[in-house]
Amino acid sequence: MNARPSCLSISGLTAILPNGSRVLRSVSLDVKPGEVHALVGESGAGKSMIGKALLGVLPPSVRQVEGSIALEGTELETLGAAARRRLIGARTALIPQDPLTALNPSRRIGPQMSDRLTHILGWPAERARNRIREMLAEVHIREPDRVIAAYPHELSGGMRQRVLIAAAFAAEPRLIVADEPTTALDVTVQKQILRLIADLQRQHGTAILFVTHDLGVVAKISQSVTVLYAGMVVERAPTPALFATPQHAYTRALMAATPRYTDPASSLQPVGSAVLAELALEVQNADNEWKRAHG
Amino acid sequence: MADPLFTVRGLKVSLPDMTRKPLLGSAPMLDILHGLDLAIERNCITGIVGESGSGKSTFGRALVRLLEPSAGSIAFDGREIAHLPETELKPLRRDLQMIFQDPMSSLNPRRTIGAIIAAPMRHHGLSDRIGERVAAALTRVGLPEDFASRYRHQLSGGQRQRVGIARALALEPKFVLADEIVSGLDVSTQAQILTLLDQLASEMGLTIAFISHDLSVIRRLCRNTIVMRAGRIVEAGPTEALFAAPREDYTRELIAAIPLPEIDDDWLTR
Repeated sequence: MNARPSCLSISGLTAILPNGSRVLRSVSLDVKPGEVHALVGESGAGKSMIGKALLGVLPPSVRQVEGSIALEGTELETLGAAARRRLIGARTALIPQDPLTALNPSRRIGPQMSDRLTHILGWPAERARNRIREMLAEVHIREPDRVIAAYPHELSGGMRQRVLIAAAFAAEPRLIVADEPTTALDVTVQKQILRLIADLQRQHGTAILFVTHDLGVVAKISQSVTVLYAGMVVERAPTPALFATPQHAYTRALMAATPRYTDPASSLQPVGSAVLAELALEVQNADNEWKRAHG
Repeated sequence: MADPLFTVRGLKVSLPDMTRKPLLGSAPMLDILHGLDLAIERNCITGIVGESGSGKSTFGRALVRLLEPSAGSIAFDGREIAHLPETELKPLRRDLQMIFQDPMSSLNPRRTIGAIIAAPMRHHGLSDRIGERVAAALTRVGLPEDFASRYRHQLSGGQRQRVGIARALALEPKFVLADEIVSGLDVSTQAQILTLLDQLASEMGLTIAFISHDLSVIRRLCRNTIVMRAGRIVEAGPTEALFAAPREDYTRELIAAIPLPEIDDDWLTR
């Protein structure tokens, strides 16, 4: 029935720090082809770590010790380092959080955008240039030639994020990791960028792993969602179901802590001590089980 | 509003535009605020909302006179302060306190929390019973007294922001400027800090200007709201009325752009 493999399938992903403590605790999740899957949690929950493990750019102190990551059915572990890099480079792309630090301030936009296409995918320069121009039009940039010749500081925050979105979609990746792509933006610009990502994602049939801390953004952009706490999957659900009937007390607590202008009378509730105790117990049980299994 | 704490008339602020500064010579001036007229009510929280570049932080800094306006007047508690020299401002500084966005950069890493909270008290001549005063300030924001001997790096983000609040309130100021003080925090911590601020404001009868880009937070916390854009006031008034019936398109646009945590299929295309 379900013949197409998941676009991204992560199972039992575990990563540890040098002191042995786990930053990712047997994380499993699936991103179906062409869907937006949100990865939501508070700071330190390990959401960005998952994206980094996939792209093979974990910080030097963090070591992946267990678990498998499969991209369209291909297990990354079965590949050599070079083949893995080629596959990641051809099939995935990243939209980073902060467009200013992601762009080199001393190079023009055009060459920075085409690097991926010419260096990693080996496109001829002419083809890469045309593709960049095409993509800039797709992200509604009216004067592509001006932007191609500009330096990052000459563009606004929203424009820079458009440039990075265009660059991410340029090589037609199957999966894009979007790491808090609208967190640094103003709310009206955020809405435009979310819409842009949703439109392009639909038109190109690209799956997106959308990392965010904002349940509002989750509700608006994703079709399914994984809630993380302390590197552990707390809840996984289709997005409508998560908001209609959140299963885990932590998910409900996060929702109660999020202010809504439509409901000002509700007193904001921080995640309560009972919920935190329950989470601590779950983390401990998971860790004990893991230790038993690994001597 | 009768007897506001601040009455601002024709407030203009210009700052040197460093991006257009010639190699030699001074930078041309750039107008940031284009003549603001407004009043800030006593004993309540007033929200100031706007996008980046709206001038909301510049306006806040002019209110507490970290910046000198280029034109206009600022009457604080009946006294004109727009162009007071620093020597005359000094006694007033006690009544004009600030809580900063990032406690990591506004708390000295080399000093204990106790020393950080005590510093403004000593500066304003309150050197007696300083230990007691610090303990009271910590208790007020819900931190244990023994935090006085800790350092910044030993605290969580929420605890650090509580220290920032404790320091600002230790002098029992007439006015507190809170500039994006919850924007770096997780929602759970944000809920704690907002609840604390709300409770302190009503207990102590504080007048607070709460600068934020988040209208949901403003709606929850502030009695009055000022919407700013490009150095001008778009609209200002009681928060409830402003949300119930925004007069300006820009305010409506800002409100409509907030992604609420609920399913709404055509929100993106509206």
